[in-house]
Amino acid sequence: MPSKVSVKGLKKNFGFLEVLKGMDVEIEEGEVVCLIGPSGSGKSTFLRCLNRLETITEGSVIVDGVNMADASTDLNKIRENIGMVFQHFNLFPHLSVIENITLAPVELKKLTKEEAKEKALELLKTVGLEDKAYAYPAQLSGGQKQRVAIARALCMDPDIMLFDEPTSALDPEMVGEVLNVMKDLADKGMTMVVVTHEIGFAREVSNRVIFMDGGYIVEEGTPDQIFNHPQNPRTIDFLDKVL
Amino acid sequence: MSIIELIQQNYMVLLLAMGKTLELTFLSLVFASVFGLIFGLFNVSKSRVLHIIANIYINVIRGVPLIVLGFFIYFGVPLATGIKLDGLVAGVIALSLNAGAYMAEIVRGGIQSVDKGQMEAARSLGLSYGKAMRKVVLPQAIRTMIPSIINQFIITLKDTSILSVIGLPELVKQGQIIISRTFESFNVWIIIAIMYLIVINILSFVAKRVERRLTYAK
Repeated sequence: MPSKVSVKGLKKNFGFLEVLKGMDVEIEEGEVVCLIGPSGSGKSTFLRCLNRLETITEGSVIVDGVNMADASTDLNKIRENIGMVFQHFNLFPHLSVIENITLAPVELKKLTKEEAKEKALELLKTVGLEDKAYAYPAQLSGGQKQRVAIARALCMDPDIMLFDEPTSALDPEMVGEVLNVMKDLADKGMTMVVVTHEIGFAREVSNRVIFMDGGYIVEEGTPDQIFNHPQNPRTIDFLDKVL
Repeated sequence: MSIIELIQQNYMVLLLAMGKTLELTFLSLVFASVFGLIFGLFNVSKSRVLHIIANIYINVIRGVPLIVLGFFIYFGVPLATGIKLDGLVAGVIALSLNAGAYMAEIVRGGIQSVDKGQMEAARSLGLSYGKAMRKVVLPQAIRTMIPSIINQFIITLKDTSILSVIGLPELVKQGQIIISRTFESFNVWIIIAIMYLIVINILSFVAKRVERRLTYAK
C-alpha cells in the first residue's frame, strides 16, 4: 500500500533564503509523527507545505496519491481531507463556536445545515465543550479555543491532521486538555503530523520522531531511539537543552 | 430680509435642492461602494495585473481634483464623443469614480487589517479564496472599515456641492440662485450651512448606532 504522505526532495525558498534544503519523508496511514527541532529549523514550513499553504519550490509532496506541488492539483478538494490546527487557533471571531465548526462543511456542501450542526455538537462533546456551542471565540480560554479549532478541522472528516505547535501559545495549565484531545485522536487511528515542543507528548503518543535542524532531517526514529539513544551530536545537543 | 422670511419664501426650493444633494450622494455612494470593493479586492489579490489596474485607477483619481473630473465628464467627454450627458448622470459618474478610489483604499486597509491566519485557516478547511474572502475575511474587515466608510460618505455628501459648477440644482447651486434674487448672501449661506450640518450629523448618529451593533469583542 502506498504511503499516506510521501515527500521527496522537498525544497522551499523564501526569496534567497533556503528554508527546506531537500527533505524526504514517508508517513503511513495511522502514524503519529512528531517534528521537533530548534526554531527556524523549518518544521512549520515543512508542515505548511503538506497542505500547500506554502508554495513548493522544488520536489514532490504526494498526499493520498495527489501531488501537491503540481500546478493542476485542485488544492481546495485535497485540503478538505487535510485538517490543520494552528498555533494561534485562528478561530473566526465573528462566528459562534458552532458556526466556526459548521461553516466549511455547509459551504462545501459536504453536509446539510442540520447534519453539520448535529455533527458539530457531537464533536464538541468529544472535546468536552458541548456547553460552549453558542459562545463566541472571545469568550473562551486558550485551551478551549484550541479544542474548538480541532473540532472545526475534524468536522470536515479529514484523514490526516496537521498540528502546528498547537500548545505553544497556551498557558501551561491548559496544555494538558489540548494534548488529551490529540491523544484520543491518535488512539482512534488518525494520521497525525505534529510540530511540537512537548517532548512528553512526542515520547508518549508518537510512533516516530523527526528531528530537524537547518532545513534538513538530522535524525529520525522511534521516540525511544531519539530520546533515549540519540546518535547525532546535534540531536544530543538539542535534547540536552530542552529536557 | 430676515432668516425666517428667507426660509418662509424658499423652503420648498431648499428642500428640493437638499433632496437633489441626497439623491446625488446616495447614487454616487452606491456605485462608489461597488468600485471600492472591486478595486480594493484587485489591490489585495495576488495577480500583478489586477494590482496594477487598481493602482492606476486609484492614483489617477486621487491625482485629479473632483472639479476637473466633473468638467471633463460633463463638458469634455460630450465634445469628444458626441454623447450629451445629463447633469445628474455626469455628476454621479464623477462623484462615484472619485469616492470609489478612496473606498478602494479603505477596503484594502480593512482586508489587510484582518490577521493572515484567518485566510489560512479558511483555506486549510478547503474553502476557495473567494469563499474565504466572502465568509471569513470581509465580514471582519467591514467592521474595521466602518468609521472610514462613514467618513467617506460625509466627504462625498459635501463634495456634491462642487458639482454646482456643472449646473446641478443641488443645495449650493440653489443657494446661489436665491442670493442672485435677494442679495442676502450672509443669511442664505447660514441657512445652507445649517442644512448640511443637520443632515451630516443625522448621518453620523445613525452610523454610530450601526457601528455599535456590528462590533463584537475581539
